[in-house]
Amino acid sequence: MSEFLAMGGYAVYVWSAYGITLVVITLNVWLAQRRYHQARRAVSRPDGRVAPVRQPTVRRLT
Amino acid sequence: MASFTSVFARDLKIAIRRWSELATPLIFFVIIASLFPFALSPDVAVLRSAGTGILWIAALLSSLLALDGLFRTDMEDGSMEQLILSPASLGLLVFAKICAHWVVSALPLIVLAPLLALSFYLPVDALPTLIFALALATPTLSALAAIGAALTVSLRTGGGLIGLLVLPLTAPVLIFGTRATDMAVHGEPVLGPLYLLGALAAFCLALGPLAASAALRVSVE
Amino acid sequence: MGTISWRWFHLLASPPYVFRLAGQLGPWLAAATVVTLAAGTYGGLVLAPPDYLQGDGFRIIYVHVPSAYIGLMAYVLMASAAACGFIWRIKLAHAVAVSAAPVGASFTFLALVTGAVWGKPMWGTYWQWADARLVSELVLLFLYLGYMLLRAAFDDRDKGDRISAILAAVGVVNVPIIHFSVEWWSTLHQGPTISRLDAPAITMDMLAPLLIMIAGFTLCFAWLVLRRLQAEILEREARTRWVEQLVTQGAV
Repeated sequence: MSEFLAMGGYAVYVWSAYGITLVVITLNVWLAQRRYHQARRAVSRPDGRVAPVRQPTVRRLT
Repeated sequence: MASFTSVFARDLKIAIRRWSELATPLIFFVIIASLFPFALSPDVAVLRSAGTGILWIAALLSSLLALDGLFRTDMEDGSMEQLILSPASLGLLVFAKICAHWVVSALPLIVLAPLLALSFYLPVDALPTLIFALALATPTLSALAAIGAALTVSLRTGGGLIGLLVLPLTAPVLIFGTRATDMAVHGEPVLGPLYLLGALAAFCLALGPLAASAALRVSVE
Repeated sequence: MGTISWRWFHLLASPPYVFRLAGQLGPWLAAATVVTLAAGTYGGLVLAPPDYLQGDGFRIIYVHVPSAYIGLMAYVLMASAAACGFIWRIKLAHAVAVSAAPVGASFTFLALVTGAVWGKPMWGTYWQWADARLVSELVLLFLYLGYMLLRAAFDDRDKGDRISAILAAVGVVNVPIIHFSVEWWSTLHQGPTISRLDAPAITMDMLAPLLIMIAGFTLCFAWLVLRRLQAEILEREARTRWVEQLVTQGAV
């Protein structure tokens, strides 16, 4: 088992690489789910408004 | 053909009238190049080896800046709609604009570049190649910058974005241009990279105006 | 043949159909992803024999190559979808492009990071400008970022879709050119001759986990894109009847 973890001396590199892969994939899943739920919530709002209410830009006359 | 010449002449006239706008990218070119010795070292050997790269990067950034406002004034005063509605192909008219801007922005740059090259201790023998390579590369850069300008023309603050969009696409030009110049500096035959530069120019000049005109049509809506 | 294939094509351009289909496929894709990735990881870390030159360090290939592949494939998908949306004015196609972009970009980023981690023991440095593939992937990341930033800059969704579609088309045409020139450039300036990030002389027991991992990454990609696509569809179709029906049925 410890031989497996040691990865022939390359442990730091191999496990970092796989670790980062896991992190990136998990992050992607989390973000995609969050995006979906945001959209779901937005669409279920009574006024059906999806975008946040935006203040009109104030145009200067000069 | 008549529409090409009329747009070309018109843009040329306007650009020459606004010569102060032309000066900015050129001065930019010189300033960027001049900053490098401060950043690297005034040492002859260092500058001679880095000089090619410095020159080309400066030329790249300057070309981008020069074509930044290529379509903006036309958008603002409504002449863009006229160009789109005209019976001539919009791609051809865009090509005419690119040509006009190349004449006023790239030609002075090609004249200045050898002077800067000499300041970086590059050998005189390499100068003809440098000039020729720039002459082949600047049309490509103009075409790519035009695409960037067209994509961002309807944005209020498009300026910085153009660089981000266009610069990665200029990597091949940079690679072959510097290669040609380096080979000339070392006295090697330069035809290979020059041919490739020419091929890139032909490719980008053919397709660039098409992409730009598609973007302009969308922007005008 | 005519009627069936056209009907299917029209269905694919129909938001409610695709939304429902995506919802149905989701769980299967998720399950398949987990199984495939688990099998591939086991195969790559345990079953595959250590490499003659790189020892156990080469096992990074099983996450690096699939990421790089997804990064490239996603860009082509994104550009194709955007082009379809532009040419035939299919809104759903633009939604696919927008959904694929962030996922493709993050896998490209992952490819760069795993490439760097792989490079350290092999080259002695985390980054090697002389490695053409890694540099090409960097440029690809720039192209992704440009696309996403350009799109984000537009308030008008339709305009943003179509303008960024043009950028994607320009990018995808340039990718082979950039890759070729970067590769040519890297051969001129000889980097260290120690193993590049290439698959070593590959035998089946080394190759099989790689193929499985590529399949797993693809399934994962599909799940992620469909999830984001559902979100995009909901937002774009916010006030249509079919969405309102789904909401009242509590099916959303």
